[in-house]
Amino acid sequence: MKFDAPATNNPIDQLKVVGKPLDRVDGPLKVTGTAAYAHDRYDSIPNQAYGYVLGSAIAKGKIKPMNVSAAKAAAGVLGVVTAENAGKLGKGDYNTAKLLGGPEVDHYHQAIAIVVAETFEQARAAAQLIQVEYTKADGSYDLHAAMATAIRPEKIFGGEADSSAGDFDKGFAAAPIKFDATYETPDQAHAMMEPHATIAAWHGDTLTLWTSNQMIDWSTGDIAKTLGIPKEKVRLSSPFIGGGFGGKLWIRADALMAALGARATGRPVKVALARPFMFNNTVHRPATVQRIRIGATQQGKITAIGHESWSGDLPGGGPEVAVMQTRLLYAGENRMTAMRLAVLDLPEANAMRAPGEAPGMMALEIAMDEMAEKLGLDPVEFRIMNDTQVDPENPSRPFSMRTFAECFKTGAEKFGWNNRNAKPATRRDGRWLLGMGVAAAFRNNLLMKSAARVRLDSRGTVTVETDMTDIGTGSYTIIAQTAAEMMGVTLDKVAVRLGDSTLPVSAGSGGQWGGACSTAGVYAACVKLREEVARALGLNHPDATFVDGELRVGNRRIPLAQAAAKKELVGEDQIEYSDVDKKYQQSTFGSHFVEVGVDAATGEVRIRRMLAVCSAGRILNPKTARSQVIGAMTMGVGAALMEELAVDKRAGFFVNHDLASYEVPVHADIPHQEVIFLDEVDPLATPMKAKGVGELGICGVAAAVANAIYNATGVRVRNYPITLDKYIKGLPEVA
Amino acid sequence: MKPFTYQRVRSPAEAVAAFGRNKNAKFIAGGTNLLDLMKLQIEAPSHLIDVNGLALDKIEMTPDGGLRIGALVRNTDLAAHPRVRRDYAVLARALLAGASGQLRNRATTAGNLLQRTRCPYFYDTNQPCNKRQPGSGCAAIGGFSRQLAVIGSSQACIATHPSDMAVALRVLDAVVETVKTGGVTRQINIRDFYRLPGDTPHIETNLADGELITAVVLPRPVEGKHGYRKVRDRASYAFALVSVASIISRDGSGKVALGGVAHMPWRNETAEAQLPKGAKAVAENLLSDAKPTEHNAFKITLAERALASAISEAKG
Amino acid sequence: MTKPSEIELSRRQLLAATGASVAAATYPSAVAAQASTQTPSTARVSFTVNNTVRKLEVDTRTTLLDALRENLRLPGTKKGCDHGQCGACTVIVDGKRINSCLSLAVMHEGGKITTVEGLGNPKRLHPMQAAFVKHDGFQCGFCTPGQICSAVAVLDEIKAGIPSHVAADLNAAPQISNAELRERMSGNICRCGAYSNIVDAITEVAGRKA
Repeated sequence: MKFDAPATNNPIDQLKVVGKPLDRVDGPLKVTGTAAYAHDRYDSIPNQAYGYVLGSAIAKGKIKPMNVSAAKAAAGVLGVVTAENAGKLGKGDYNTAKLLGGPEVDHYHQAIAIVVAETFEQARAAAQLIQVEYTKADGSYDLHAAMATAIRPEKIFGGEADSSAGDFDKGFAAAPIKFDATYETPDQAHAMMEPHATIAAWHGDTLTLWTSNQMIDWSTGDIAKTLGIPKEKVRLSSPFIGGGFGGKLWIRADALMAALGARATGRPVKVALARPFMFNNTVHRPATVQRIRIGATQQGKITAIGHESWSGDLPGGGPEVAVMQTRLLYAGENRMTAMRLAVLDLPEANAMRAPGEAPGMMALEIAMDEMAEKLGLDPVEFRIMNDTQVDPENPSRPFSMRTFAECFKTGAEKFGWNNRNAKPATRRDGRWLLGMGVAAAFRNNLLMKSAARVRLDSRGTVTVETDMTDIGTGSYTIIAQTAAEMMGVTLDKVAVRLGDSTLPVSAGSGGQWGGACSTAGVYAACVKLREEVARALGLNHPDATFVDGELRVGNRRIPLAQAAAKKELVGEDQIEYSDVDKKYQQSTFGSHFVEVGVDAATGEVRIRRMLAVCSAGRILNPKTARSQVIGAMTMGVGAALMEELAVDKRAGFFVNHDLASYEVPVHADIPHQEVIFLDEVDPLATPMKAKGVGELGICGVAAAVANAIYNATGVRVRNYPITLDKYIKGLPEVA
Repeated sequence: MKPFTYQRVRSPAEAVAAFGRNKNAKFIAGGTNLLDLMKLQIEAPSHLIDVNGLALDKIEMTPDGGLRIGALVRNTDLAAHPRVRRDYAVLARALLAGASGQLRNRATTAGNLLQRTRCPYFYDTNQPCNKRQPGSGCAAIGGFSRQLAVIGSSQACIATHPSDMAVALRVLDAVVETVKTGGVTRQINIRDFYRLPGDTPHIETNLADGELITAVVLPRPVEGKHGYRKVRDRASYAFALVSVASIISRDGSGKVALGGVAHMPWRNETAEAQLPKGAKAVAENLLSDAKPTEHNAFKITLAERALASAISEAKG
Repeated sequence: MTKPSEIELSRRQLLAATGASVAAATYPSAVAAQASTQTPSTARVSFTVNNTVRKLEVDTRTTLLDALRENLRLPGTKKGCDHGQCGACTVIVDGKRINSCLSLAVMHEGGKITTVEGLGNPKRLHPMQAAFVKHDGFQCGFCTPGQICSAVAVLDEIKAGIPSHVAADLNAAPQISNAELRERMSGNICRCGAYSNIVDAITEVAGRKA
């Protein structure tokens, strides 16, 4: 199905199942420990051996031949694979650094060997017996030092490195009110709860990987390419994923090393990356330095806006696209953005939840707060004043829909924003300094092709098959809802099979495109199945409806099961898009409101209240969508208050590489959270009239927290995370 | 984790004897720190002596009105004990500020005292660390040292002691009771229990090899307002940036010790005498020899402010 | 007070003195690599898991977590970090919640262990499991078994009068409040950020119990 015109009335609009806050269909499995994640799949294949991956002890240099004899001789060991005996390996399209290092080492904890043994304990102990001698090389580990040699990158996800409209230099110089500040965001870790894990088994030249992966088709191709085998010889299965946030968009060392270990030993091999190894072995969101300049009239109309960002990555990698939202978010005739990329020999930088916008909004939305204060405007009012209904770089191109101002008006009212005192450090509750902060949320809506197959059997059960993944987003549930709505059946009549490379290729889970695009693919397949049902029953009529398990035309009512009584019926199709997203800018919008208490003596921050108002088209399931947003808000609190991979600039690695030292929010950090979805549909998005929401929720949260801390303390911090050491000297004297 | 043999013992005498018979042995009780370190081969005993069967899990009154806490009393049980809550609130508060509910259910009194540092370089076996591997150097000096010591450190080590409980025990003037091979028992004042790193950061306490902690004895309760102020980046389940254990009387005098700043709970009776003059006077004295790094210099300010907050809370 | 830079200066001098320019280094060190001749030791242990007596002979190094997962094939209990830093492995042993990753299987002779599988199954959910579904107290579901075991135990801990860090009065009986539940549940990390919903779920079960 080609989506080439705005969606008109369609069966989804009935909203009998779609749009309802239904419990997750996979909920009972998840709460009883019966949902099988990669490392739980004992039943997939018998005789599994255990692999343990060893990582490089240096960040850059060369390995001299390793001595693996002690490891090989250790109890229970079945084999050891290193670059020396792994055979020729390629590199996947989505990997920057190779997954098996040696003799060259590209980053700290890059995998350099796997030990396969009968038990986990044996494999782990034997890995420590491998003796490695290194020749260290000098590396570049300091973003600030490397900025001077940063270049304008050529390949960028989503556009060019530089953009301009009007004349920024002139416009900024002429602006009566100018603001110019530089912000920093740190390296951050996905830190999903399930470590990267894979069970690999070979049957002849065919490889099966039971793994944890967000993008089945990308990763099937990449493992094949890395191993130098045809893609058809690889099967990936990933029905449950214990969190990804971008960190499992691609194959990682667990998959490759399990495959190599299995090939070397002739046994199925099970590998999970050890937690302290994940932070440097896998990928992370890179640090940025961002300069933002805003020029405005005395009244607060933005006339010039500029955003530059510097980040680093390994050779061949890409930049953090932190300026993207600034091209679209606020009006202003004179504009510029630029991204520069430095070479850093730290672990691979790559996508983490809302790449680009998440760190970009962390900076931009503090800048907007600072500018509002400079102008003497309320920050809500300042943002509404500079709203735009068209792409500001190309005013002939409207947004598909944009209820940005509405998000702020609704949020301000619900949150009691008028109780905020614009003068900082004026509200107090006992030992707590109180502050409120606001920020915009913004994330582009990306469209991806997505296919599905829908079967109807003789019992009237509808089975949906697609390689879409559920990383906690609720894919199982909204796909079931979509099929139920389309086929006119109840949810219990729908079965959903996901996450397997033998199934039709979906959008996958990334870039907040998964929910809207995969359901649109299921919609397309259901349209086909409806045709098959009507044909089988000889009722091919334009007025045919699918209601209560029946096909109805006029007075005739025929149970669906009857259509498949003799032979299962199958509908298969994919959703594709014409140039709707070129003609119309598609984005999602929101506002974040936060109230904090800051301990007047110690500077400890406690979040008191949080509200997000979101505009994301139709909300397919308000319960799971709300969970996506509160989860993103929580991650945003982490970004604001605690998350930072600390770089050792001498040895070139992230020092705090476990879950005790890389702190993410715990229960005690997070209060009750409120989410409001504006009641709307976007017919220009997909036939579902829905857009993504899972990443929108994180964009801007950290800045809202930062702005609240400023409002509470009067101290402005421009480098994240906003830990107490950065403002404690500015707090009032302790009585 | 290297292979090890394992045995359960039933009495302190049996435990110390087993230690004497086995090369490279370790006692294990809760295991919450030891197993963590064994998985990384930072600890690599070849024999484990499980002391959980020793009947050292009682809390009893002492003849002089104090409390004897068995070495195996779990942190949860100690914090929940009615006498501890009523008369030694600083200890209950410190325990409850540490770790998580699950860990406190397992962690023991003796094990808590013997926790090893959380310095990230100690935890990364690729990095030099004089504490883990004497003579290899200290990667933390000049590295990421935000969490690390500001005082009492040496050119060999800037690690901190991670225990909250120990900081409370320091202001309570607790005494550690032990037994050694041959059944020799002794009492060690908590003041003399820990060592500064000096040139031997791998030696953290004054316990002899194979000496087993059997109990911690608290003197009679001290009058005054008990408090434990722990400052950390997240609201729970995190080690202290700085903590303040305090017992402050109405007249403003009292006892105070700092956690998160040194290789041991940090207390100084001369500084403490300044309490009636306020936090600044105490902090200036208590931290006068501080040698912070650029990453942790804030702890000096933070300690003074946290102390001021504790004093004002005690008075209020 | 010494300036921050002085220690770093000393560090540089130290490096110069010990020849930091030597480029080659061998890992692991000789100390760490010794004892390679040691052979694994096994031991017998018997405990009750979800009301069934299980007898095992395990490598002494096997944690309770790995014994449950790998030896007994009860994969509900998850390995999120294996170092007591996340809570995904939480199980209830002899009535108390613990991190099963930081406990050896052989240390639980005669113990009574309850895992998430022992609380309920998809057809017959434990009230806490049902409340988690209703309030969407999870997303990816990986931390969920640990959250649920912890939640069940937390209500018992409050009932037993065990105080928490957020108690205003240490001597008063703890109440079920948002602040109490959040503090007590803080040993269970949920990176998906379902905290607000988890607390709603526990609150509902606590209310139902009362």
